[in-house]
Amino acid sequence: MPKMTAAIVGSGNIGTDLMFKLMRRSEHIEPKYMIGVDPASDGLARAARLGLTSSHEGVDWLLARDELPDFVFEATSAKAHAANAPRYAAAGITAVDLTPAAVGPYVCPVVNLDAVPEAENVNMITCGGQATTPIVAAVSSVVPVPYAEIVASIASKSAGPGTRANVDEFTETTAKALQVVGGAARGKAIIIINPVEPPMIMRNTVYCAIPAEAAEPGPVQDAIRESIARTVEQVKAYVPGYSLRVDPQFDPARPEWNNQGRVGVWIQVKGAADYLPDYAGNLDIITAAATRTADLLAERKLATGTSTDTDTDTAATTAGARA
Amino acid sequence: MSTTDYSVRLTDTTLRDGSHAMSHRFTEEHVRSTVRALDDAGVQVIEVTHGDGLGGSSFNYGFSLTPELDLVRAAVDEARQAKIAVLMLPGLGTIHDLNQAREAGASVARIATHCTEADVSIQHFGHARNLGMETVGFLMLSHRATPEELARQARIMADAGCQCVYVVDSAGALILEDVSDRVAALVAELGTDAQVGFHGHQNMSFGVANSVFAVRAGAKQIDGTLVALGAGAGNSPTEVLAAAFDRLDIRTGTDVQALMAAAEDTVKPYITRMPVMDRASIMQGYAGVYSSFLIHAERAADRYGVPAWKILEEVGRAGYVGGQEDMIIDVAVQLVAANT
Repeated sequence: MPKMTAAIVGSGNIGTDLMFKLMRRSEHIEPKYMIGVDPASDGLARAARLGLTSSHEGVDWLLARDELPDFVFEATSAKAHAANAPRYAAAGITAVDLTPAAVGPYVCPVVNLDAVPEAENVNMITCGGQATTPIVAAVSSVVPVPYAEIVASIASKSAGPGTRANVDEFTETTAKALQVVGGAARGKAIIIINPVEPPMIMRNTVYCAIPAEAAEPGPVQDAIRESIARTVEQVKAYVPGYSLRVDPQFDPARPEWNNQGRVGVWIQVKGAADYLPDYAGNLDIITAAATRTADLLAERKLATGTSTDTDTDTAATTAGARA
Repeated sequence: MSTTDYSVRLTDTTLRDGSHAMSHRFTEEHVRSTVRALDDAGVQVIEVTHGDGLGGSSFNYGFSLTPELDLVRAAVDEARQAKIAVLMLPGLGTIHDLNQAREAGASVARIATHCTEADVSIQHFGHARNLGMETVGFLMLSHRATPEELARQARIMADAGCQCVYVVDSAGALILEDVSDRVAALVAELGTDAQVGFHGHQNMSFGVANSVFAVRAGAKQIDGTLVALGAGAGNSPTEVLAAAFDRLDIRTGTDVQALMAAAEDTVKPYITRMPVMDRASIMQGYAGVYSSFLIHAERAADRYGVPAWKILEEVGRAGYVGGQEDMIIDVAVQLVAANT
């Protein structure tokens, strides 16, 4: 079956890593165009060497092609995507947005992609959001989670200028996704940039407030453990370096926690080193999630494209099995 | 003694750094009585926030007993001449928090980053200035950068709108010339573009002496807390800074006797834990570990049965920075696993 095509808009670290992910790991999509705005960009030159058609003339150039791509991956900035999104939509191109623009719904492929019916534009939240919303969802599928809090720690060398110039965007977007995607009633996100040498591998800590009885040993606690373990395996399917550092830690209820208990989950995300070294798990997890999301959307398109209802059902079932 | 004319502004952060030692359980009455005493003693800037800054109330750092904005409002209400300052760490607090603090009456924004990551604060300095706030930059864990690197980072803050950049000895790891070399490098870099400040901790007992070295190297703003109440073994005690500076002809414009009284009569009666140099806090200075990790390490020590000093030593080895309190539990669990 011929693969669907994609353009990557934004030739920086994320765009370049994404290009490698699509080339090496995508089932249904091949990257065809790499679009930037700087003729001197390393990313454009690298893409051209690897056989993509690259241009520094931006989205105008892309949309003037006779052969438009099926997908566009936006790896620019929130502002740029807000401007570009209506144009992709008008051209009938599905947008996978790796900026915090959130024109479309937040998506974590193992949590909520099936529940997103209009998937013409999907947002990949943040690196921390991809690492932590599955865990919050795993807990909130067993017990109510009135509050979820995450701490993402990334290596200084993996924090690009975009992240640094707007850390508020990271904390606010991720916090919102803990609610919308993770299912917590309230969310809080913290990001720490650590310069230690050798660079630290991306880490994420997830704390969920849980009912007092769930924090005590017993069947509810066991169900939470199992749900977390299952979710980790599902994420591992597309982010091989995603793992728990230690077993989930349950702490009994405390008055200062509104008499709730707490489960803590410590995650490490070792990157696949497709482009940046393996400490940059933050880069890896968002490009891997974008690749997986686009593959699942491609399956949907292929299913509906070949027209029978049975195929649609199969695709939905397959996607559901992963979720 | 040289004839140089030294004058500095003392900022008291009992109600912010002290929040760590109080496990973030300050009440409005604590804040009112402390602000009143400091204001009466002539302290010009009083910092009031959760120990980890705006938005710090959390599982990771500890929840505040009283919402910090209520405490800020009470402080603003109580102060007659002093400005009320708030701390924020980009990545934890946001511009939204800064707006709310401004609305609550805070007029000084102190924005803190790890000492090599100043560029994450650019948007916040710009915003604070737009709000009409005075700005101070905190280069935390300053022992982790050379004087030259620290000066480069200070330049980033100053260019972003920061009016005074602090050498912040978050681990109490700097000793004498470590401080004056860093302060001098910042003074040389910043010239008249911004002042230089120093924030010291007592983990190895150098808070006050380091502050003297800072002033002699050109620092114009110095932090302290009453009774040294603060993270780790506590901060440079404000009342000792005032007394020592007075003896050294470093003018602070404060009433030394009134500050000693404030420490003894106002703060000491309500504090639940006297700052102390013990094995764990000395280890923080020695291994260069963020002072706020102390109580979290002690809790993890209780919970997992490994010594706090050992956890802190390991945290130092891993190079964790301010805000990574979550790593303490991970380290404790790994230590348990290594022991079994």
